Amino acid sequence: MRILSLLLLLVCLPVSAAEYGIVDAGKSSLAFTYRQMGVPVDGSFAKFTASMRFDPARPAAAKAAIDVDLASIDTGSPEGNDEVAGKQWFDTKNHPVAHFVSTAVKPLGGNRFELDGKLTMKGRTHDVGGQFTYAPRGSSAAFDGDLVIKRADFAIGEGEWADFDTVANEVRIKFHILAMARK
Amino acid sequence: MNSTRYTATAIVLHWLMVVLLVTLFCVGLYMSDLPVSPWKLKVFSWHKWAGVTVFLLVIVRLGWRVTHRPPALPSGMPEWQQWAARGGHALLYVLMFAVPLSGWLMSSAKGFQTVYFGVLPIPDLLHKNKELGELLETVHQTLAWTLAGVVTGHAIVAFVHHYVDHDDVLTRMLPHHRRRGRGS
Repeated sequence: MRILSLLLLLVCLPVSAAEYGIVDAGKSSLAFTYRQMGVPVDGSFAKFTASMRFDPARPAAAKAAIDVDLASIDTGSPEGNDEVAGKQWFDTKNHPVAHFVSTAVKPLGGNRFELDGKLTMKGRTHDVGGQFTYAPRGSSAAFDGDLVIKRADFAIGEGEWADFDTVANEVRIKFHILAMARK
Repeated sequence: MNSTRYTATAIVLHWLMVVLLVTLFCVGLYMSDLPVSPWKLKVFSWHKWAGVTVFLLVIVRLGWRVTHRPPALPSGMPEWQQWAARGGHALLYVLMFAVPLSGWLMSSAKGFQTVYFGVLPIPDLLHKNKELGELLETVHQTLAWTLAGVVTGHAIVAFVHHYVDHDDVLTRMLPHHRRRGRGS
């Protein structure tokens, strides 16, 4: 009996060590926090597509990519949304999508991981980095993390917005990705 | 101490409030139509900081008012005018609290926390809620216009006391008190 259950366990093990790769867009979210006159303001992007593969047993092989529809931004106020669509900000007419692709994932111990990647916005590409946690939930897993970027690197906020007196340079991007295991 | 005169503290608080309220009202009118710009964000922050200052000063002022009896109204004043004066002053105090309070709540509901001088975060009493934010914007504007109206009435009545009734109701609130016969 004991041997049989051990055998069953062995058979089942590879299944539990799943690779997550099917992103549940409805349960994932992409938000950000920026400072305006020293005041933290929350915003978000309603539309984005994410693809990933992540096996907790082989984090180095993990990959992730996100395409963000910049016109789906909510900066916290309707007039702010109109403003950032303009040329001085995202210039969404000419640059509708922000693209992130991971370059490296390193385990930091426990369920924490370091994430490095390249972000392309408004025709400019820069290295960005951050951390995320991995939390398995049954057949799916939640990935929560953040990346801190500098808006000036991507010419987001030019002209009268170029100095950081009113809108800070640092923007914290917070992602919550829910992904199901590939069968 | 001349009991026909307001205390120096009350006079300072009164005129400080006049300067702040008039400025805040004008800035409030000006800024609401501004196109989005760094200037607008700055003006909004300044307006909010000044509004918090008014709120704090009104607390001090009310405390002072409660502990320091104001000079009596001119004895010759008809009773209905005395009641109107008390009612008007009570309304001024209520509005001086209500206007900054509604502005603070409006900011919370619109998702822009008030951080006093960009340093001291003031807790949001409300969660972000678009409809509530718009409602509170109307409330804030209506209360501000009401305060502007009551302040204007208050000033007109003070001038009437000075130029028509020739009593000391206006002068006893002036920084440099010039003696003037009461109820002459």
